[in-house]
Amino acid sequence: MITKEATAPAPAPARADHEPPRPAKKRRPAWDEVPRWQIYLPLGVYLVFTLVPFYWILLFALRPAGSTSLVPWPMTFDHFEKVWTDRSFGTFFENSVYVGLATLVMTTLVALAGGYALARFDFKIKRAFMLALLCSQFVPGALLLVPLFEIFAELQMINSLGSVIIAETVFQLPLSMILISNFIKNVPYSLEEAAWVDGCGRMRAFLVVVLPLLRPGLIAVGSFAFVHSWNHFLFALMFLNNQDKQTIPVGLNTLMSADSVDLGALAAGGIIAAVPVVLVFAFIQKWLITGFSAGAVKG
Amino acid sequence: MAQAAAVAKPPAPPRRRRASATPRRLPYLLIAPAALLMLGFIAYPVLSVFYYSLQDYNPTKPWRNGFAGLDNFTRIFTEDPIFWDTLVFSAKWVFVEVGLQLLFGLALALIVNQTFVGRGIGRALVFSPWAVSGVLTSAIWVLLYNSQTGITRYLADLGIGDYGTSWLSDTSTVFSAAVVADLWRGVPFFAILILADLQSVSKDLYEAAEVDGASRFKQFWHITLPHLKDAIILSTLLRAVWEFNNVDLLYTLTGGGPAGVTTTLPLYIANTSVDAHDFGYASALTTVAFVILLFCSIVYLRLSKFGGENK
Repeated sequence: MITKEATAPAPAPARADHEPPRPAKKRRPAWDEVPRWQIYLPLGVYLVFTLVPFYWILLFALRPAGSTSLVPWPMTFDHFEKVWTDRSFGTFFENSVYVGLATLVMTTLVALAGGYALARFDFKIKRAFMLALLCSQFVPGALLLVPLFEIFAELQMINSLGSVIIAETVFQLPLSMILISNFIKNVPYSLEEAAWVDGCGRMRAFLVVVLPLLRPGLIAVGSFAFVHSWNHFLFALMFLNNQDKQTIPVGLNTLMSADSVDLGALAAGGIIAAVPVVLVFAFIQKWLITGFSAGAVKG
Repeated sequence: MAQAAAVAKPPAPPRRRRASATPRRLPYLLIAPAALLMLGFIAYPVLSVFYYSLQDYNPTKPWRNGFAGLDNFTRIFTEDPIFWDTLVFSAKWVFVEVGLQLLFGLALALIVNQTFVGRGIGRALVFSPWAVSGVLTSAIWVLLYNSQTGITRYLADLGIGDYGTSWLSDTSTVFSAAVVADLWRGVPFFAILILADLQSVSKDLYEAAEVDGASRFKQFWHITLPHLKDAIILSTLLRAVWEFNNVDLLYTLTGGGPAGVTTTLPLYIANTSVDAHDFGYASALTTVAFVILLFCSIVYLRLSKFGGENK
């Protein structure tokens, strides 16, 4: 409500781009500017805290074993080779990619169907279903390990990646569905109705009219599903006992819980674990920024 | 007759039928996959936890299995000092983590909401640990904290502390060490959420306040903070539940040790079920944890008057 008033007289919430037409009004009076050091000093201190750990893992991954140099020079990739082949991170990586992609596809499809129903229909159990979605946020997967293990044992799925894919999907679903139904609500129903008048079936109208508009939302939901299942640890630890079925986080844990930790291998393994996440976020960056500015306009 | 009616308004029936094709069953068909998955893999496990909490159930000691009544619960509250220790530690962990994450997250969000040179890259770097997993966070901090080549060695080179110090294996430092590691990953969560909400504060309010001569602190206190209130309440609650439940970091960083001093209740439950195979007792502990979470959440929402008069 506030935003309407705010945007109506001043339809330029994007500050930087619209500076030239009305510079005088936007600028704070000079005496009221936040002093630069009050921005850069705390930010700098915090950046040191944020970046030193990242530097540390790079350092350990790239410097030779036993070196205590604080710069990764001479540089070596031995740790990566060792962890990829000797510690089977190659296999773990493959498994993690498989789990991540399958979780992404399943979560998005199931949440899309459910989200569409929640956005476009009124039906009897809708309120109860929404309540169940919200309540499930309080159910910790970690506390359900034992019954879940028994279910998967019953289904003969222990040591199969399917068990982890199902478990990850189930715990991603509620939030994904709520998000997607909100995205669908933002697409005017009249667009779909217009397509029906033009002779499209409901399914075709959805695929042709609604789905393209959902792209940014689906990319966000899908990336989160992928990253979460890529990062998640407990289900894989519990349900996959075979060495050749394990995922990257389990592999990292194995490296860490060894009696004498091979720090170089651990660092290299950690970087292998981080690469896909970094790539995903670099890829969705522009959609995230759109989301941010949309939030700024929407209020 | 029927013919006449159909002729009278020909375009309407086909359109209506198309618009509401199988209207009654369609929404149920659409939510069916999600509903079935959640029934099978969330609702059923939750119910079976409640059921097992009333049973003696230990796969390694099948001769003792059977109905136990409330025995498991009496054992929790009267005979199990570990339960109380882990509960107290959980409370301390959640309180300290959420409090500090909120404080630093709010400060960071206020800073990167200002206009300054390098804001884009600054935001990206500050937010970056957010996507790092619990296990990877542990790996990174194990490297930092290790006693041989960790940060303490280089501090000792500078004359601060002793060589060979291991913060993770000393009961007096392990709590702070774990808190810092989790802060590193947790602060960006609050910073991102609060920043998103900060951007929706109407600029007019600040301009009006400035005209009235309100100081920057007063503007923060009377405009920014009330605006952020609901976002803060909701994100602290979600984060608290998440910090309580999440075991990835402590499991891999400290393993609950040394000497069990960093064991949270969920970690204790995981150990009871995984290592001791005492499924009945673990289920009773889980039930108690559920009830505590639910109770605290309701009290918190009531006390904070979520969505109350301020909006």
